[in-house]
Amino acid sequence: MSVEFEKDRSPTGRGAAEAGAAPAARFRPVPATRTPLQSAWRELKRAPMTAWFGLVVVAAYVVVAVFAPVVAPYGESEVVGNQYESWSERFLFGTDQLGRDMLSRLIYGARNTIGIAFLTTALSFLIGGLLGLMAAVLGRWPDQLLARVVDVLMAIPQLIFALVLLSIFGASVINLILIIAVLDSTRVFRLSRAVAMNVVVMDFVEAARLQGENLGWIIAREILPNILPPLAAEFGLRFCFVFLTISALSFLGLGIQPPTADWGSMVRENATLITYGDVTPLLPAGAIALLTIAVNFVVDWFLHKTSGLKDER
Amino acid sequence: MSPVLRTVLQRLGLGVLTLFVVSIIIFATIEMLPGDFAKAILGQSATPETVAAFQREIGLDRPPVERYVEWFVGVLRGNFGNSFSSVGALGGGHERTVVSLIAPRLANTLFLATLTASIAVPLALVLGMLAALYRNSLFDRTVNFVTLTSISVPEFFVAYILMLFLAVRFPIFHSLARISSDMALGERAVRSALPVMTLVLVIVAHMMRMTRAAIINLLASPYIEMARLKGMSAARVIYHHALPNAWAPIATVVALNLAYLIVGVVVVEVVFVYPGIGQLMVDAVSARDIPVVQACALIFAVAYILLNLLADIVSIVTNPRLLHRR
Repeated sequence: MSVEFEKDRSPTGRGAAEAGAAPAARFRPVPATRTPLQSAWRELKRAPMTAWFGLVVVAAYVVVAVFAPVVAPYGESEVVGNQYESWSERFLFGTDQLGRDMLSRLIYGARNTIGIAFLTTALSFLIGGLLGLMAAVLGRWPDQLLARVVDVLMAIPQLIFALVLLSIFGASVINLILIIAVLDSTRVFRLSRAVAMNVVVMDFVEAARLQGENLGWIIAREILPNILPPLAAEFGLRFCFVFLTISALSFLGLGIQPPTADWGSMVRENATLITYGDVTPLLPAGAIALLTIAVNFVVDWFLHKTSGLKDER
Repeated sequence: MSPVLRTVLQRLGLGVLTLFVVSIIIFATIEMLPGDFAKAILGQSATPETVAAFQREIGLDRPPVERYVEWFVGVLRGNFGNSFSSVGALGGGHERTVVSLIAPRLANTLFLATLTASIAVPLALVLGMLAALYRNSLFDRTVNFVTLTSISVPEFFVAYILMLFLAVRFPIFHSLARISSDMALGERAVRSALPVMTLVLVIVAHMMRMTRAAIINLLASPYIEMARLKGMSAARVIYHHALPNAWAPIATVVALNLAYLIVGVVVVEVVFVYPGIGQLMVDAVSARDIPVVQACALIFAVAYILLNLLADIVSIVTNPRLLHRR
């Protein structure tokens, strides 16, 4: 990690000095240090096929999600035909139970489903990460208290707990995001606390403490940079998990509510078609599956690179 | 007292404490109900008298601690109170207890879970061990790829693919698992073939990967290498050196995945319209029938905690370091 940093920071300083000294000395000229973009490309070139596949798929999803109104042939909840029309020129994947274009719903679904899952994961990392780091730095009773609370919360299966809370607060997108984020932050807490614990005991943190730096500085400037790679990998995994949980809840009719286009509820709404041997309801489910697989591939490669994890997994 | 017994008792005590705290949490959720909840349940046309009667019925006029004790004692006696669906018809309709709703469905879910576990556990353990022993072989890589794919996929995707191909395109199994208590055991098993298959696929993937990782971890330890280096046969290395230390991780893997089964069962039951407790819970959540939701959640949570506790205890009891203290 620290070596990497040195490399990235030095291009102008060392490169210039070396270039100035070159004519006089008999050393070979030192090639310029790579910019971050170049080293990223270098890593990518060596990445395995699965990682490439994952990256391309994720990029495609993001493009579709961002440019949904441009890409989609019809509006999100626009009724454009009869119900359950079959695949045709006009409706590439047919229409759904209300006569809305399936393809357009799939495209808008990318925006809604991925957006909500991403927001939830980010919130969960904000809560869990911050509390985890605080617990690790503060130690003593705040640490004990938080750890025990998280233990108890994790003793209840997540989906079941989410169902209970949804029945209390009612199913809406805001409630969904808050509930899943809070429940998922327990996992983030565990991980960030565990990895931060290893850093907290190091000398430079001790030095920062003696120097009189406050909690915010120690967390943001001393610990966070050192635990970023495992947290980044965890973000990918948690995103998959949150994404699957939200899809499952939407599929159960308790997550994202109609008329918002969302892959989980689209599977539910069109499930009857399966009994006629039609594959259309599998499209949104497949879209979910493809994205999670792609993210998993990317995370796998990332973990392989950043940690000593060479063989396992 | 032997150290093993003491640790086991400690864990048991901790488990009971967790159960207690979890029951408080599940009960306390009702305190977080928004104020206009009675209206939401009874409909906008409800008169103030009906709302007041409803609140008295579910006991919102009494202090929470009193209600908790009453509820907890009731639960211990197997009485989960009345479903809101009967309260809705205040004055009129007959009362429906939560137990009468849950009991038949719990039996169905247990049937599904037992059937799944008895297929999935041996299959996953054998596959996981083979993958670990023949690491980096074609078999290992294939199994790894397939399992990574199937754990990344939502359960309902697997379920509908199975339904499409095994029930609709090629009608081998029933697409909907409608079972009732008057069916023979074999008939019930045949009808729930697809839900069982879905769960087995998902669970085996998880369990196999974890078994493989645990075994690889174990085989990398120095004492195994020593045993190999002194010329011991492969079988003896496995049975005498690896296996005694493998029980703990394997037990953890099995228990964790059976706990995972609890979550998977909810979605799979809904897909196949299987009359189990998971589907009941989902219906109760949509109808905001809180007593039923609480009871289902408690059952799931208890099962989950007990399985984790079991894994803990098995790993303590089989731990050679604890058994043969110096």
